[in-house]
Amino acid sequence: MKKYHVSTTINGEPVEFLCEPQQTLLDVLRDTLNLTGSKEGCASGDCGACTVIVDGRMVCSCLMLGVEAEGRTVTTVEGIATGDTLHPVQQKFLEHAALQCGFCTPGFIVAAKALLDENPNPTEEEARYWLAGNLCRCTGYDKIIRAVLDAASEMRREAAE
Amino acid sequence: MKPRKFAYIRPDTVDEAVAVLGEYGDDARILAGGQSLMAMLNLRLVEAAALIDIARIPELDTIRVAGDKVEIGAAVVQNRLLAWPDLKSRLPLLGALLPFVGHFQTRNRGTVCGSIAHADPSSEIPLSLAMLGGEVVLRSLRGTRVLAASDFQRGVLTTAREPDELVAAVRFPVAPSRHRVAFREVARRHGDFAIIAVAAMVEDAGAVRLGVGGMTGAPAIRRIEMNGGTAARDAIETLAWDLEGFEDIHASARLRRDILRRIGPVVIEEACRCAA
Ligand code: FES
Ligand code: FES
Repeated sequence: MKKYHVSTTINGEPVEFLCEPQQTLLDVLRDTLNLTGSKEGCASGDCGACTVIVDGRMVCSCLMLGVEAEGRTVTTVEGIATGDTLHPVQQKFLEHAALQCGFCTPGFIVAAKALLDENPNPTEEEARYWLAGNLCRCTGYDKIIRAVLDAASEMRREAAE
Repeated sequence: MKPRKFAYIRPDTVDEAVAVLGEYGDDARILAGGQSLMAMLNLRLVEAAALIDIARIPELDTIRVAGDKVEIGAAVVQNRLLAWPDLKSRLPLLGALLPFVGHFQTRNRGTVCGSIAHADPSSEIPLSLAMLGGEVVLRSLRGTRVLAASDFQRGVLTTAREPDELVAAVRFPVAPSRHRVAFREVARRHGDFAIIAVAAMVEDAGAVRLGVGGMTGAPAIRRIEMNGGTAARDAIETLAWDLEGFEDIHASARLRRDILRRIGPVVIEEACRCAA
């Protein structure tokens, strides 16, 4: 089967890869580019563990083909921190112990970052609604929501300084 | 890697897209947002020799007001329509029900037309098209066909689209301002397919248009006369037995009827309250 040459920007770097049409973006990230932070829980758009940001909008990378990424800008969980400094969402996940097995965490981190980029001051309800496409089988969600709201207020504090 | 191998074709224009589709017919699938198609390919519920990606065709990525209709092209994603400034005033029913469609992730790629072409019996967008009496625009090498929503969706995942036809756009009639709407659904969790979805629209002083998704293969639309007293409740009781409902892993037919009996009157009342 013919391979496609795809040019993208991933986590700020220009990236080119070859893929077959039936490879999802998630397959390409994990298997070709060794960016294994994004996880595959369901491959059907239900769990959000594969969430990445494409051209500023969060999407399920399991429901997008690698070839569809041509010309797009992709941010994965590997691109959220700045060097060794964790993103406030990541830091707050640690502080609030918002994870147990951690399988869902990359998806939640990416989705929460996308939320706070769009709405720096979400209510609890808005945060829960925004994150409705991410499933967690361990935490019961409460700590995740607290971490996200705390990260939001931290980021607002930083922005005000 | 889960899907079987397929060819990938990305035409630049609608003419090119329908030419390729004419060639492949049934063996090809149209890829717009892919939020149903990709899941089915991953699970190997469908197979295709080729995917024809129409998401980047500029002429399909438009929301256009044409006379008393809003025409939405096949590449318009659900979140784009949700963010359309005129949505609440021109298409209040879609304003009420789009937030229930999937999640942020899937609405960022899933298209309005894709949902209608997919024709899931419990999905919200086909219900709104049926409620409003909208139209589906089909294009093929043979020309353009326009079908009423009720002629388009035939049953569960079944439509009147011919294998060589592309759902190029859908048209929603603009609601007169006196048409007030309400919408509710019951799902296992927010964003899942609805077990039952109910929409109501006040048509005139004496009647409500009621739309029910999840009971039958295609949305069921009824006019309900409001003669005071228990008229609405009685009508919904009859409707529940009429439609019967079906059984799947999410709910029995009886549970479906019960949900309809409970939320039907509430939705009607909400629509009437808006109207008052
Ligand atoms: S793996 Fe993509 S949503 Fe579950
Ligand atoms: S921490 Fe285990 S699934 Fe969320």
